[in-house]
Amino acid sequence: MSTILAVLGDFGEGIEFLLKERESVSGGVQIGGPAEMAAFGATHMLVSVAAVLIACALAIPLSLWLGHIGRGDFLATATSNVGRAVPSLALLAFFISFIGLGYTNVISVLVLLAIPPLITSTYVGMRQVDRDTVDAARGQGMTGLEIVRKVELPLALPTIFGGLRIAAVTVVATATIAPLANVQTLGEPILTPQTYGVVGQIGASILVASITLLIDFLFARLQRAVTPKGLKLTGEAPAKGPRFSFPTRRRLRST
Amino acid sequence: MSRFVLAQLKIEKPGGSGSCVADNDFCPEWIAENLDRYWTPLLEHLFLTIVPVVIGFAIAMGLAVLAHRRRWLTGPIVTVTGIFFAIPSVAAFFLLQPITGLGYTTAIVALVSYTLLIIFRNITNGLRNVPAETRDAAVGQGLTDRQLLTRVELPMAVPEIMAGLRIATSTTVGLAALAVFAGAGGLGSEILTDRYFKSNVVVAGGLAVLLAAVLDLALLGLQRLLTPWQRARA
Amino acid sequence: MTFLSRSILAALAALVLVLGLAACGSDDEGASSAAPDAPAAAAPEESKVIKSDPANAAKGTITVGSKNFTEQYILGELYAQTLEAQGFEVRRRLNLGSEQVAYKALRGGSIDAYPEYTGTALTSFFKVKTKDVPPDPDAAYELAKEKYKAVGITALARTPFQNTFIIASTKKTAEAEGSPKTATELFTKNPKLSISGFPECRQRQDCLLGLQDTYGYKGKFVSSEGKFSDLDSGQSKLTLAFSTDPQLALTDKYVAYEDDKKFFPPYHITLGLKDETVAKLGPETIETLERVQGGLTEDAMRELNRRVELEKQKPKEVAAAYLTESGFVE
Repeated sequence: MSTILAVLGDFGEGIEFLLKERESVSGGVQIGGPAEMAAFGATHMLVSVAAVLIACALAIPLSLWLGHIGRGDFLATATSNVGRAVPSLALLAFFISFIGLGYTNVISVLVLLAIPPLITSTYVGMRQVDRDTVDAARGQGMTGLEIVRKVELPLALPTIFGGLRIAAVTVVATATIAPLANVQTLGEPILTPQTYGVVGQIGASILVASITLLIDFLFARLQRAVTPKGLKLTGEAPAKGPRFSFPTRRRLRST
Repeated sequence: MSRFVLAQLKIEKPGGSGSCVADNDFCPEWIAENLDRYWTPLLEHLFLTIVPVVIGFAIAMGLAVLAHRRRWLTGPIVTVTGIFFAIPSVAAFFLLQPITGLGYTTAIVALVSYTLLIIFRNITNGLRNVPAETRDAAVGQGLTDRQLLTRVELPMAVPEIMAGLRIATSTTVGLAALAVFAGAGGLGSEILTDRYFKSNVVVAGGLAVLLAAVLDLALLGLQRLLTPWQRARA
Repeated sequence: MTFLSRSILAALAALVLVLGLAACGSDDEGASSAAPDAPAAAAPEESKVIKSDPANAAKGTITVGSKNFTEQYILGELYAQTLEAQGFEVRRRLNLGSEQVAYKALRGGSIDAYPEYTGTALTSFFKVKTKDVPPDPDAAYELAKEKYKAVGITALARTPFQNTFIIASTKKTAEAEGSPKTATELFTKNPKLSISGFPECRQRQDCLLGLQDTYGYKGKFVSSEGKFSDLDSGQSKLTLAFSTDPQLALTDKYVAYEDDKKFFPPYHITLGLKDETVAKLGPETIETLERVQGGLTEDAMRELNRRVELEKQKPKEVAAAYLTESGFVE
């Protein structure tokens, strides 16, 4: 019982850290509280939003086109495999040595981490559009661009938003270690316990986790919202979690 | 307090800049000479990858089997594992701190929780993609529910399950670099302690990616081994 | 062979290659680190060599800790190896973290000793305000010793060297500002130069905040542990270096500015041990420890740091080299 209370106590203290200023561990300075957390939060969101937007601009148009012509299989698998395995810490440290500290560094790292899920999901989303539907559209005389715009894209949108959701969550999560490159996001209290104490680490962790969950939830809603009604009715609506299936020919057919 | 002057430490005259290391260039000779210092961190990293994936697989498999017969469980399981998936690992390490302290336990618990959604989803998808005809044929042959699962559905779900394992493994290799913040070791610890030294960062990071590639290929090989009926398609 | 088998084979070959390189590259790492026994032959005249006492082995394992940067690793190893040379069983818990963590470990008993800086102990543990710390090294040490005593910890004699903060810049920056010699001159000339320092500095009275008060500093703070890397890469114009940083010996590249307002307190090392541990170790051991550390001048410490940071040797090797080169260990 006492361990349970102690555990709750730590979390309770963490939340108190978020809500009220207190003296720093080394003394003499007021830290914590909503104002400082809001400042960190603003920086956190700034770099995250910038990175996601840039990543979208870079990854989505290319992948839409590749998905349309059906030539990106290897790229999609390769980028997603390599992208998942590269440790964010290594990337950040690598950029510190070669680019230096600051916003450019952090945003570049975040963009690089956001691109793989976007490429994969956009490409896969486009490939998973029912071929018959595309053929029908072609039969109707639509140009390539029209097909993408009016047929493939709307049908691929749910999958694309699935990737966007992963990208957003990855970016917000990774922005936590940005303080290593002199960008004080919400990770600052976590990485500087000498000033903020264990209380600060726990408090900031609660905040970071909550914000990330909120973003995940929002994007899940968005994903449902962009699912064309037709897909929802056939039961092919995206499930609540990310789907990583690749367009393989794994399904065994009895014919 | 007697503090008499002792035999002198050999102090090298400064002017040592010009050496590759002191100038912080990319130094292949230094790397070749010092590769052994990455051996232990590499092993720690391997440990921090394999253990969470194995445990995560066990838990996810249990959950998937449960949800296979009671479909209504799928939603709640996905929601809960989805929450674990979304929580940033660094935050998770510190949220676990009051309960498990700092060290390998915290790192592994957090890493396990991250793999659950991926593996669970893939096992579930794999099981559900078994064609109805196949299932009917098996039931028709008199297989019990349990035999249906173990002899038909699971083997046929292997490709999807392995895909999930591969994704979980690559992701965990990447995340295990952050385990240093949980008080564990691994390649992340090497990166963090000397992060301004270019050669170190490149080697440690490169080893992580190499590890992921090797594990990925190993799993692919395992998959081919387990699904002989797929080989005709190779 | 199928494509798949070939790629697996290739990957395995790569792994074998890496491991092979590792095996070839490994030095005589294992050999030198274990503390050698005391010389068997009778030492002629007065010998500095540390004598091993077999009775010490039975006194239980001594755990030596340290904080998490180069100098601390070296010092931790040094003290640990000195104890081992005397026959003690020693366990190391280096890389504990910040001073708060180390202090907690010492008081809680999970470590038996660790080296702390007098200035740090006074400002961080005993809440003495930076401006109230006596600027005289011995006075500061005596005050720290007194405060430590009150909580049951013995602070051994202070080392000759101190490792205080010192503002440094590249020679070029110095020349651009008219080559000032002291911090006051520097900041009068240009209070807005950016300065890089460890993250915690941003919110510390005895660091950035104090600099702003005492010297009227108005520049941008860059949170980074890069120190001289930051100067070289232009990330910041100034940096908060440590006075035992090896790069400070490169006077044609870097310039240090004197802390003329004596803003930073003295930072000499004193090994903190619980009173019970001191009793267990015995007066001879204490005397030996103080004797060994007596050779740690600022130049010596800078040299040791140089070997680790610039030559990338391991702290364990460097500490062992100090003991052998100074004649404490054969």
